[in-house]
Amino acid sequence: MTEQQAALKVSDEIAISIENMNKWFGAFHVLRDIDLTVYSGERIVIAGPSGSGKSTLIRCINALEEHQQGKITVDGTVLSNDLKNIDKIRSEVGMVFQHFNLFPHLSILENCTLAPIWVRKTPKREAEEIAMHFLEKVKIPEQADKYPGQLSGGQQQRVAIARSLCMKPRIMLFDEPTSALDPEMIKEVLDTMVSLAEEGMTMLCVTHEMGFARQVANRVIFMDQGQIVEQNEPEEFFNNPQSERTKLFLSQILGH
Amino acid sequence: MSKSELAFVRHEILPEQTPPITDAGIVKWLRDNLFPGPINTILTLVAIYFLFKLLSGAMPWFWNGVWTASSLSECREILNGATGGCFSVLTERWNQLLFGFKYPSEAYWRPTLAFVLLLVSIAPVLFSMLPRKLLILTVLYPFVAFWLIWGGTILTPLMILLGFVAGYVAFRRVEAKGFGTAALLGIAVTVVFWWLGGYISSAAPNVVALTPVPSRDMGGFMLNMILGTVCVSLSLPFGVLLALGRQSNMPIIKWMCVIFIEFIRGVPLITLLFVANVVLAYFLPPGTSFDLILRVIIMITMFASAYIAEVVRGGLAALPSGQYEAANSLGLDYAQSMRLIILPQALKISIPGIVNVAVGLFKDTTLVSVISMFDLVGMIRGPILASTEWNGIYWELWGFAVVLFFIVCYSISQYSQWLEHQLQRDHR
Repeated sequence: MTEQQAALKVSDEIAISIENMNKWFGAFHVLRDIDLTVYSGERIVIAGPSGSGKSTLIRCINALEEHQQGKITVDGTVLSNDLKNIDKIRSEVGMVFQHFNLFPHLSILENCTLAPIWVRKTPKREAEEIAMHFLEKVKIPEQADKYPGQLSGGQQQRVAIARSLCMKPRIMLFDEPTSALDPEMIKEVLDTMVSLAEEGMTMLCVTHEMGFARQVANRVIFMDQGQIVEQNEPEEFFNNPQSERTKLFLSQILGH
Repeated sequence: MSKSELAFVRHEILPEQTPPITDAGIVKWLRDNLFPGPINTILTLVAIYFLFKLLSGAMPWFWNGVWTASSLSECREILNGATGGCFSVLTERWNQLLFGFKYPSEAYWRPTLAFVLLLVSIAPVLFSMLPRKLLILTVLYPFVAFWLIWGGTILTPLMILLGFVAGYVAFRRVEAKGFGTAALLGIAVTVVFWWLGGYISSAAPNVVALTPVPSRDMGGFMLNMILGTVCVSLSLPFGVLLALGRQSNMPIIKWMCVIFIEFIRGVPLITLLFVANVVLAYFLPPGTSFDLILRVIIMITMFASAYIAEVVRGGLAALPSGQYEAANSLGLDYAQSMRLIILPQALKISIPGIVNVAVGLFKDTTLVSVISMFDLVGMIRGPILASTEWNGIYWELWGFAVVLFFIVCYSISQYSQWLEHQLQRDHR
């Protein structure tokens, strides 16, 4: 495993920088003073109890949620209210959701080619070739002509990953990608994510899969009550947690 | 308790078997549906008896029907006291029922041809398996139909069409600079083109011209069809725009849409028609003549689009927010995500509601008879029942109206069910 990790290189190039970011839902202070720098090629796992703001944090990165204070820079572009900037960032940042959010009225292939054709203006033939390439990569090219409703949860989530990859993003965000899956299907999705990590994709994953964190993450971030409580390399994080809150959390999720 | 008593391993999977013969076939159906018990058997027999009485009473009326008399009294003479319908009113007044009493009879072929073309040109919209290139027929149809029904020079509809084309070209030219500016420029170019085109077509009224027929001469079922087709096809896009406007983040647009929808929904259609007929004239400069059919079309369209907007809003609300988020996260802009992701799904959910509004609207076109337009109902109530020949004949005329409307409305409803089935994408 260490060999594998050594192969995963992290560059000095900054992919995402978040400075002093604050966000409220109404009067509720969801994210407090978040400072985070993500380098290209980093694989970050964000963990924490529910309601700790981890999903909100990664949803702020592609502006699905608006932040009220602070500065978010993605791939050199500052996130502002300018719709052009937002669309540019969104086309560089792929996102995978807990509930897949495939488009049920389009076939698997159309799900994958839609954004390249309309956003990137890729010719249809070429977009289909790219889509088939990524569908092969997530190991379901034979389902290309089916509709999302005909696939299992694990297959749908792999299609969702392929759909994001078709935009050739530089950064991938995963929002609890395995939480809605049957235990039998979690592995097939995790395998896809591991192989993606091995290719050097910059990844931010909100997940409770600690095995995945140990295997591929080079940094684990623990959040509670809207703030980053602790971050460290996975080995140190799991074996030698510093804060009491982290210890409690780890004992609860690893306890059985 | 020893361990071996609990242990169980299945070595072979049991094969599927067919159900017992007594549980299948027509015998089972009869027993289940008609004679499941003493009470239900009695109810079945009573229902059969009433059906028999109803049919045996009504059938002679059809069998003995008179199709050749030229007046009600002549018809009664032929019947000589027997039960029978005077269907000759339908044959004798056939053209009036269909086209009204003022439409020139030598031009009946024009609305008839327009009707046939309607069926042809609407097909590519209704059936997506037809080649998409046929949609050009659909686009051209309104202009052809206008020329056929109202007559006059072909330059008038041609100029209107060219105005749209010019506006569209202008829009595409500057689309990159922003949707809003491009749309405004497009509209401006269209209006200017129409203004210039108006001079051209009025300067040359005889180029490829048909005998012009003024709007007040339209009537009969043709008028219902004109109003129904135009208003349904206009109110659908307006309704979608209103629904999107009501969901908009921009407060002014949002409140304009809300006020419009709530106002229209709070007013009976009949009052809007009276406004169109009488009151609107007070607001127009004296001497301007603003086509009555056009005024009625505007009012019915406004009425129907408010209802369709609410139906579509229900469809939009039914979509999970994940669909919006997925579309956004892929970098699609507002127009793209609406057109490609949100509306196809929302409209599919809304089909039953939209069809409901469309069918209701089509039937409501008969309300124009109240503002003295002679649609099918207006023709029956007015010229036909008031004539000396046919005064006092009701069943045959109203039955005919019922049949015509039923055919159209039932077809719409059947089509919508078929479409819903076609669009089903899961568990197929």
